Amino acid sequence: MSIVRETIGGIGQIAQSMGVTLKALFTKPLTVQYPEQPIAVYPRFRARHELRRYDNGLERCIGCCLCEAACPTGAIHVEAAENDPQHPTSPGERYASVYEVNLMRCVFCGDCETACPVEAIVLGHDFELAVYDRDGFLLKKEQLLNPKVPNVVVRAE
Amino acid sequence: MDWIDLILIPAIKSLIFILALLGGFAYLTWVERKLIGRFQLRIGPNRAWKFGLGHPIADALKMVFKEETIPSYTDKVLFVLGPALALVPALVMFAVVPVGPDITLFGRTITMGIADINVALLYVLAIGGLGTYGIILGGWASNNKYSLLGALRTSAQMLAYELPMGLLLLAIVLVTGTLSLVQIVNQPMVWYFRIWLLLAFPFFFITTLAETNRSPFDFPETENELVAGFQTEYGSIKFALYYMTEYLHMIVASGVIVSLFFGGYRGPFVDQIPLLGPVYFTGKVLVMIFLFIWVRASLPRVRYDQLMKFCWTFLTPLALIYLAITAVMVVFL
Repeated sequence: MSIVRETIGGIGQIAQSMGVTLKALFTKPLTVQYPEQPIAVYPRFRARHELRRYDNGLERCIGCCLCEAACPTGAIHVEAAENDPQHPTSPGERYASVYEVNLMRCVFCGDCETACPVEAIVLGHDFELAVYDRDGFLLKKEQLLNPKVPNVVVRAE
Repeated sequence: MDWIDLILIPAIKSLIFILALLGGFAYLTWVERKLIGRFQLRIGPNRAWKFGLGHPIADALKMVFKEETIPSYTDKVLFVLGPALALVPALVMFAVVPVGPDITLFGRTITMGIADINVALLYVLAIGGLGTYGIILGGWASNNKYSLLGALRTSAQMLAYELPMGLLLLAIVLVTGTLSLVQIVNQPMVWYFRIWLLLAFPFFFITTLAETNRSPFDFPETENELVAGFQTEYGSIKFALYYMTEYLHMIVASGVIVSLFFGGYRGPFVDQIPLLGPVYFTGKVLVMIFLFIWVRASLPRVRYDQLMKFCWTFLTPLALIYLAITAVMVVFL
């Protein structure tokens, strides 16, 4: 009589599996329609760099080049210059006249954030980094100061 | 019987049926993709038009305009003949399925269904067997080991499962006393025979799954073992023809099952309004197709030896016992 038991058991299993799919049919799909619907990222997600300013419009970066030194892949290039005392760009003595981030080299480790003494450079949430030519991967200072989606995240550590 | 009855009306009906079947095929792919998507908690196609209704049209255009390649070292005549030989029987099989009661148009009685022949069930089995030739020829002509294996599996599976299917059909014939699908649909039947026949439906459905090469018996195209089985070497419209065949088989098999077990086009008020017949028929066929898709979404593919063992050691004996009991019932009740 094992064949009868096996048959009944098999029918039960088939019914069970079909029940699972039927339940799925009446469940809301999990799909996120990505380009139309935004994807939520976690708060400490590290993506495209941003340079911050103070509330009075002065740039935070003082051109100390610590980020450049801390960068494990050499993705950051900073050239410092003396501030004009009448029209200062940053509150310190010097500011970054050139600040470039090479996204083809960057590994998004966040060491630049940690190294920065004035919390000027942070890694934001903008992860849509595709561009049409290789030059687009070299972020200039203007791009870093004006991110597409302002989203300044200062991490506690 | 003048030429209008003999040629014109069947020709028009055939054209309507072919167009309906091919349109049905196109949107069946949409229904299947959408349903499978929902079964797997996805949305399914939704890019072209509203609800992705433009996808079948886009697919068809893409298939038609793709480059046609015939690999070297193939039997070119058979390679081209294969898809055609597979498609035509799938279309032709629908000819005996009645989709509605007789209607009177312009003083002529027109049957809804291309032909009411007295050997309809044999015709279905024969044409269904013919359909495997297209697949076998395609697999053979491709000169590819995967194609050949896929084709061999198809033929073995068809042969094996035609046996329990035929036995179950025989039981139905015993009860109804006719081979014509139109008469089977219209046959008044005692309630206990109707219930007894419904008991055979799950087993008949299993054999139909195997005959139409649907999951969980889709051995001719086991993609994890045989690339794409018999259609590995096919591309562009020839691939589309094979694809079409599979879906047409599903529609036709649903039509036959509905006619055999669920009263075909019959339903409330069909006698008063004959045009309701096709509506009921389509609805029932859609339910059957939903069952096909549901099974595909739920069950994994069985192993090949399991498939054969299941057929020869379980289904066939069971069908024989069923047939014997039916015969006893017909004699004594």
